[in-house]
Amino acid sequence: MKRYVVPPLGGFSPTGSRWTGRLKAVLHALVCMFFFFFGTTAHAEFRFPMPEFASGYTHPPVHVPGPSNMMVGWDIVVLLSTLTLASIFVLKHRKRREIFLLTLFSMIYFGFWRNGCVCSVGSVQNIMAGICDPDYGVPLTVLVFFSAPLIFALLFGRVFCAAVCPLGAIQEAVAVKPVKVPPAVEKVLSVFPYLYLGLAMLSVAMGAGFIICQYDPFVGVFRMGASFSMWIFGGLMLVLGIFVARPYCRFLCPYGVLLNWCSKLSRRHATITPAGCIQCDLCADSCPYNAINEPTPSEVPETREQGARRLGLLLLLFPVLVALGVGVGCLLKEPLSRMHPTVRLAERIAGEELGRYAETNIESEAFRASDTPNEKLYAEAMEIKEGFGIGRKWLGAFIGLVIGCKLVSVSILRKRTDYEPDRGTCYSCGRCFKYCPVQE
Amino acid sequence: MNKNTKSGRRDFVRGAAAVLIGGAVLSAGRSRSPRLVWQIDPAKCTQCGRCATHCVLAPSAVKCFHSYSICGYCDLCGGYLRPDAKNRNTGAENQLCPTAALQRKFIEMPYYQYTINEDLCIGCGKCVKGCSVFGNGSLYMQVRHDRCVNCNECAIARACPSDAFKRVPASDPYLLKSDQERRIV
Ligand code: SF4
Ligand code: SF4
Ligand code: SF4
Ligand code: SF4
Repeated sequence: MKRYVVPPLGGFSPTGSRWTGRLKAVLHALVCMFFFFFGTTAHAEFRFPMPEFASGYTHPPVHVPGPSNMMVGWDIVVLLSTLTLASIFVLKHRKRREIFLLTLFSMIYFGFWRNGCVCSVGSVQNIMAGICDPDYGVPLTVLVFFSAPLIFALLFGRVFCAAVCPLGAIQEAVAVKPVKVPPAVEKVLSVFPYLYLGLAMLSVAMGAGFIICQYDPFVGVFRMGASFSMWIFGGLMLVLGIFVARPYCRFLCPYGVLLNWCSKLSRRHATITPAGCIQCDLCADSCPYNAINEPTPSEVPETREQGARRLGLLLLLFPVLVALGVGVGCLLKEPLSRMHPTVRLAERIAGEELGRYAETNIESEAFRASDTPNEKLYAEAMEIKEGFGIGRKWLGAFIGLVIGCKLVSVSILRKRTDYEPDRGTCYSCGRCFKYCPVQE
Repeated sequence: MNKNTKSGRRDFVRGAAAVLIGGAVLSAGRSRSPRLVWQIDPAKCTQCGRCATHCVLAPSAVKCFHSYSICGYCDLCGGYLRPDAKNRNTGAENQLCPTAALQRKFIEMPYYQYTINEDLCIGCGKCVKGCSVFGNGSLYMQVRHDRCVNCNECAIARACPSDAFKRVPASDPYLLKSDQERRIV
């Protein structure tokens, strides 16, 4: 960083007589007056030397307190203990009340007390930034906040979502009258988290900022302060969350994608029944998240050959979907690259040069005040656009692949004899436990 | 038998997933850079006023900062007085600061010391602009770390038109214009 050197005490001798002291004071006042009334807008600085004080005055010290928000070790301890407790509550004690109390604790601690930052959901971006940019240091807390919930998901399912995630917790707390979303709608909307994750990763890789943090609907609630539009978004999410439980988790959360994948592989997972399912059907409607898989009908509606042929067709569809995704990605070059502030600024400046805007805006004024040549800005923006050129194709291919997988997963009939939570989408909230009549 | 191979495969994929997560963490954490916090580069700040309005905290964690060692101690302070001020005194109608956070104290003829009351300052940057246009630029904007909650992405950084926010090491979290300042933490 550029440090300014204190200007020399031009012409002022430290041992001046009383008379010269007076004179320089008068001179000083005159110079001040000149600049005050004829001051230019250029940011010239150090016009006046620091005075020599006859009275022996020395300037006071400046107060530079260090960051206060540094309870790093403590946060990690709380995270790991809540994760462990959540696993015990979900897998051993199997009491919704305990899980819910822990949820409330996490909402208060990670949300209101720690101001909801940094959370695991946002940590994906820091990890991506750390991978892309060798100079970006990812602090230990963030590494743990990213990996611990995923490791726990690999072992015990999404216990993090059940009772640790502050975003999940605040939604869980407001979900008082959940209604059932039609499964087809649920499936379609569940593509959005993948899209969001892809966009967020693209944004980080291109240096266009952390959009997950920018559009976090609840962090404003935790901090009791946000921009007007984010208040509206957060408020709407909470009101919607009364009826559609956990709307953010189901239809937006990008970290949920990773948790979903890990939880699918989980070593153990929450079960509805403490012992064996008797197919009584009592739990079927107990999950507000459509996360209970019903037993497959014993009468398979098609023969094995038919099924195999359909699957083959679907697999053939994969390359088509991926190509389609890449195509859509290509079409989106302009809007995607506009995620980057430099691209937006360059377009604004170019537009102003062409007389497309009646007046300048705050960004363009700041840019012009910085004396950077337009060409440099344009070149920078072009380079960023090039980067997006590759990124958007990856994004498109990724989304094509996701849609393909979703299609395959709805069309494959895995043989199931019991009512079971879907390992990917179950949040381990524990609501279904009490519906099962089977005793341990 | 079938069941065994199936669970063996699951174990294998799970192991692979764990390795992937570990790899991501290692690769992200390879840089041994220090912990970073947000700060304003005073050389870039244009005092646009967004620091007052875009911080997640209200009032903003950004405050005006005074480097005494480069201040001219002017009677006619461009940061203190409105350009159209009738009198050179502490009358509220003469002050540039909307909250009277910049306080003026007589030292000796003709010098005055200016101090910021951080509890009143809202970080609007009006005085900073005045000081850099008419004076030494000894008033400038800084993120105050006793207030800042160190957001993962600073909301002002996103809104700053001058790209003035950057991440600096937490061990040296201010970007002071002068290194002659006596600091207390
Ligand atoms: S889905 Fe996302 S937001 Fe919801 S609880 Fe899980 S991690 Fe948190
Ligand atoms: S937003 Fe940027 S330019 Fe505006 S006052 Fe803050 S640091 Fe300065
Ligand atoms: S003018 Fe604005 S930035 Fe300066 S002291 Fe007053 S409130 Fe703070
Ligand atoms: S990091 Fe957050 S609290 Fe600190 S100045 Fe930026 S917006 Fe305000």
